[in-house]
Amino acid sequence: MATPHRYAREVAVVAFAQSDHRRRTDELSEVEMVMPVLHQVLARTGLKTGEIGFTCSGSSDYLAGRAFSFTMTLDGVGAWPPISESHVEMDGAWALYEAWVKIQTGEADTALVYAYGKSSPGPVRDVLTRQLDPYYLAPLWPDSVALAALQAQALIDAGETDEPALAAIGARSRASAAAGNPHAQLTGAVPQGDYQVRPLRTGDCPPIGDGAAAVILAAGDTARRLCERPAWITGIDHRIEAHALGLRDLTDSPSTRTAAEHAGLFEAPVDTAELHAPFSSQEVVLRKALGLDDGVAVNPSGGALAANPIMAAGLIRIGEAAARIHRGASDRAVAHATSGPCLQQNLVAVLEGDRA
Amino acid sequence: MSKAATSKESVAVVGIGQTKHVAARHDVSLAGLVREAAVRALADAELTWADIDAVVIGKAPDFFEGVMMPELYLADALGAVGKPMLRVHTAGSVGGSTALVAANLVAARVHRTVLTLAFEKQSESNAMWGLSLPVPFQQPLLAGAGGFFAPHVRAYMRRTGAPDTVGSLVAYKDRRNALKNPYAHLHEHDITLEKVQASPMLWDPIRYSETCPSSDGACAMVLTDRAGAARSPRPPAWVHGGAMRSEPTLFAGKDFVSPQAGKDCAADVYRQAGITDPRREIDAVEMYVPFSWYEPMWLENLGFAEEGEGWKLTEAGVTELDGDLPVNPSGGVLSTNPIGASGMIRFAEAALQVRGRAGEHQIAGARRALGHAYGGGAQFFAMWLVGAEPPAS
Repeated sequence: MATPHRYAREVAVVAFAQSDHRRRTDELSEVEMVMPVLHQVLARTGLKTGEIGFTCSGSSDYLAGRAFSFTMTLDGVGAWPPISESHVEMDGAWALYEAWVKIQTGEADTALVYAYGKSSPGPVRDVLTRQLDPYYLAPLWPDSVALAALQAQALIDAGETDEPALAAIGARSRASAAAGNPHAQLTGAVPQGDYQVRPLRTGDCPPIGDGAAAVILAAGDTARRLCERPAWITGIDHRIEAHALGLRDLTDSPSTRTAAEHAGLFEAPVDTAELHAPFSSQEVVLRKALGLDDGVAVNPSGGALAANPIMAAGLIRIGEAAARIHRGASDRAVAHATSGPCLQQNLVAVLEGDRA
Repeated sequence: MSKAATSKESVAVVGIGQTKHVAARHDVSLAGLVREAAVRALADAELTWADIDAVVIGKAPDFFEGVMMPELYLADALGAVGKPMLRVHTAGSVGGSTALVAANLVAARVHRTVLTLAFEKQSESNAMWGLSLPVPFQQPLLAGAGGFFAPHVRAYMRRTGAPDTVGSLVAYKDRRNALKNPYAHLHEHDITLEKVQASPMLWDPIRYSETCPSSDGACAMVLTDRAGAARSPRPPAWVHGGAMRSEPTLFAGKDFVSPQAGKDCAADVYRQAGITDPRREIDAVEMYVPFSWYEPMWLENLGFAEEGEGWKLTEAGVTELDGDLPVNPSGGVLSTNPIGASGMIRFAEAALQVRGRAGEHQIAGARRALGHAYGGGAQFFAMWLVGAEPPAS
């Protein structure tokens, strides 16, 4: 192992599965969308539900359009006899964090983490405005693309990028998805695209879609038994920033940088970065915060610009980074997840494979 | 590696803060409400925002206030900017689960001092509406939680032969206890058993006065490690055991009267805490009783009484403030129900008891207390057992 562990226990991602991400899945309930993914990830380790030490999920009632929506997907997990289980109303990356903490306490050796989101039933740009300060901001209904456009324009004004550079990010993401990600929603060439909200064009914005993902974590020798080349989580941390956009420098992401420092990212180079950047301009911000140079493969899966199932897209970044380590395509990778408007909250995980 | 894995850090509760729970806090925003509880918890611990390493927040569905993922907006009010912030949601058990997730951060030595908080501001929206959004091909909740739980109460009565007076005894007790708790929502100074029994029938056999109110409120705790506890200006409460268990909402063979997940969760907590006879070894219980009949039901589910015998403890006055197993000395959920906070209030009130800081509703000499929460279709359970002494190992 290249980096000494800073925590009580070695914990690794030993399996990852995801659905095909699609523009809409009217014919599927959330349970029906999640169940095949759960079966796949369990099959990859040979574990059964009853053998898992802890289960944690991430999802959003607001996407589902009903309270306690996660109770139905729990039925799909097959929680009988009763299981040790929890849920975060956040992206599944934070469910993974809660599960990682649980394993660190020694109370569990394995964890099943899953996340899902169906964005198709409602106007997701409007739905996300309900995340904003309910008294001063939400009543104005500023949508998620408009807020990201403010950030993009701030970057352009600061001389950090320009529209052709942003277009290249969109094109590269879809080309990567076409080359190596059969689950991606968008794999074709980026159309020139009209402005969605200036300066962001269609290709700078994430697709709206439905999808699910699941990961299995395991500690120490259990991980070695379940996976030929475990993706060890050598560091993981997350930070939140002020909510009001006026209190933040939108061209930077100090929370991402702080999380990366605590996760030990800067102690050694990485070869892969899976970044949860739903907008092309946000990749510019994250590259700077994480200090990524051109030698790093950024979003070889295509990233959120090729598939952005809300609440699962961050967990998928960890899963994709781990899967590259599993198959020997990466030795040290960084995975990132985000939540809130304009990268308000960010999680950074460093994953490493054992060197031959 | 495995050596470290077997030695969890001990977790202590050194600060507790609640708001005065009321039907509608028109004078504060959501941010103002949560900050009030957090500031009181910090003051109790004599710590500042700078001493907090991470924030773990919980509440019940976002539809209850109509704000999606409100932790994003509340980060500033809770001093979380620049720190890690987690948002837990496990239905009605969420206040308990949130405290357990925060405790695990300390137990795993990921953070040393953590602020945990749960809230609900039900006046901002309508909980009944929030629980009644129709979903195709699923059974409707039949007019909120009462409609869901009443048949299970009826099943308990039929199964155990409990007389139909037991529910009103619980409500009468809890509402009287609430008079001694300055933070409780309902302060019914003129309460009598006859008034409870004469209140309108809502969902037979549940009467109006046997149901919980809708409250605005928040509860916060500061959790820390042994070193933090050593610096605490007031006696801490020590976590001796904590667990969560879940089972499906609907399946053939589910026992809604005494869910297996609740039994398993209690058994895990007792095992961790070295409790073999809960009735004798636990001095006070804060259990989640949103409808009065759940007191006798949970007495059995948590192992304080044999199956079918829980109502006899209630009837004999064992669960009264001066009984030998006081249940809900704070007045409980029946007197105060900011839904997302209700579980954490149970956990915090248990901690207040063993710290000897419960004021007028203090149980003399309480050394060990159980905090209990449940949620969903009686499917999510969260519990902790706190003690006045640090755990042995």
